[in-house]
Amino acid sequence: MARIETSFLDIGYLDTLSGQNTSVHRLDPRTKLLTTLVFIVCVISFDKYQISGLVPFALYPAVLMTMGNLPPGFIFEKTLLAAPFALFIGIFNPLMDRAILMHLGPVGISGGWISFASIMLRFALTASTALILIGVTGFNSVCMAIEKMGAPRIFAVQLLFLYRYIFVLADEASRVSRARALRACGSKGFGIKIFASMIGQMLLRTLDRAKRIHLAMRCRGFDGEIRILHPMKAGGRDVCFLLGWSSFFVVMRLWNIPQILGSLVLELVK
Amino acid sequence: MSHHIVEVKDLHYTYPDGTAVLHGVSFRITHGETVGIIGANGAGKSTLLLHLNGCLTPQAGVVRIGDFPLTKKTIEQVRRTVGMVFQDPDDQLFMPVVHDDVAFGPLNLGLPPEDVEERVENALATVGALHLKDRPPYRLSGGEKRAVSIATVLSMSPSILVMDEPTANLDPKARRRLIELLKTFTHTVIVATHDLDMVLDLCTRTIVLKDGRVVADGPSPDVLRNEELLDASSLEKPLCLQRCPICNGKTAHRY
Repeated sequence: MARIETSFLDIGYLDTLSGQNTSVHRLDPRTKLLTTLVFIVCVISFDKYQISGLVPFALYPAVLMTMGNLPPGFIFEKTLLAAPFALFIGIFNPLMDRAILMHLGPVGISGGWISFASIMLRFALTASTALILIGVTGFNSVCMAIEKMGAPRIFAVQLLFLYRYIFVLADEASRVSRARALRACGSKGFGIKIFASMIGQMLLRTLDRAKRIHLAMRCRGFDGEIRILHPMKAGGRDVCFLLGWSSFFVVMRLWNIPQILGSLVLELVK
Repeated sequence: MSHHIVEVKDLHYTYPDGTAVLHGVSFRITHGETVGIIGANGAGKSTLLLHLNGCLTPQAGVVRIGDFPLTKKTIEQVRRTVGMVFQDPDDQLFMPVVHDDVAFGPLNLGLPPEDVEERVENALATVGALHLKDRPPYRLSGGEKRAVSIATVLSMSPSILVMDEPTANLDPKARRRLIELLKTFTHTVIVATHDLDMVLDLCTRTIVLKDGRVVADGPSPDVLRNEELLDASSLEKPLCLQRCPICNGKTAHRY
């Protein structure tokens, strides 16, 4: 359980990072969200054997990370945490798709391996960029931006509540689990019976808490609609950021610049 | 100023599972009074508080806040008058940042944004938490959370402040700060608590509940010195009225 505690603390750390005051942090959350969406759409829309075309896209997370003063090691580590999901999606490609697509010297590389590498690369790009987005914007502001851009309010509010109470819940879960561990006298694992009753306990506590929160909300005039005061102002800098990066992404998406550069160099050498 | 009056007459309440908690509670609290409600666990303190701003509606008897008897129709009005601070700040602070939480009530009252901002600033300044404005609630210490919880209610400018165990889980210094803060309020303040020293320090009047009935209601110094009464209600004299365990009754400076 100690692991759960520390990983939740880490989410908190991402929040601390988002409180910095750099030029990227000062941008309007909507700008960063939109730009990141364009980025993600461009990255995923490549065909499945593409690798070289993806490489220039690494510039965006790298620049954001540097300008936003985020520790690369931390982002790398968090991205790695989610890597198994992508790994399982791609792992069967090399087995299914054995047609040799290219040769590296005497070794033939099958299409499966290339598409696997492409999946992993896309995953690394999109996951790290999403993390960086939160690191330079803050989860709450991202939610607000989603709402301001016209997503259903209930959706944004649910996300906000989730983020607010995930810490309280994790805290409660770790306390329950610690209480069990202290009286477990060394026996490892929960056993399905204990686990079931613990989960039940957590559910009941959560329901109770939800009831109390609802009461607290009603006491302050809650009538079903959550009103949030958050003026967002987008200026010229935001427009430049959005247009600049988006056009970069679109250009990189339409023309495979590394390949063009490569063949240019080859021509010159000839 | 009749809207600061809290009157409870012959209030009865039984929970849906059959537990009868209140058996005819009656009292009347007037403008500007600071009242402590004390009693053993399960004596009905929290249930009583929940009636004061309509979280529960009376099954028998009347709760009157100012000019309004508490009914489903007057509930909104009553909630504007009575500010309730819950025991667990994690229940009270549900918004992502402190500022939004303090602004939640005024926004629901339909105030214009400039007024809301002003109220948020004032409420946070009153509890000395203006510097916490942009912090997420889960990053605050216990004392800070408590201060902000109070601000969330103050921003609605209630005439009556109701608090459930305000000093629970606070370190001694934070507790002291809270008491000093509450002393500065001109509102009618009603606190339910086990912290009898705070009651003696803060409240001019004390109501003792036992098994859902009022067994004593009077000036705090009188009630809290009545050992027989306190003992019968599973309470004991506030520590500051007890003998010093080290010098056995001699005053501290002589020790």
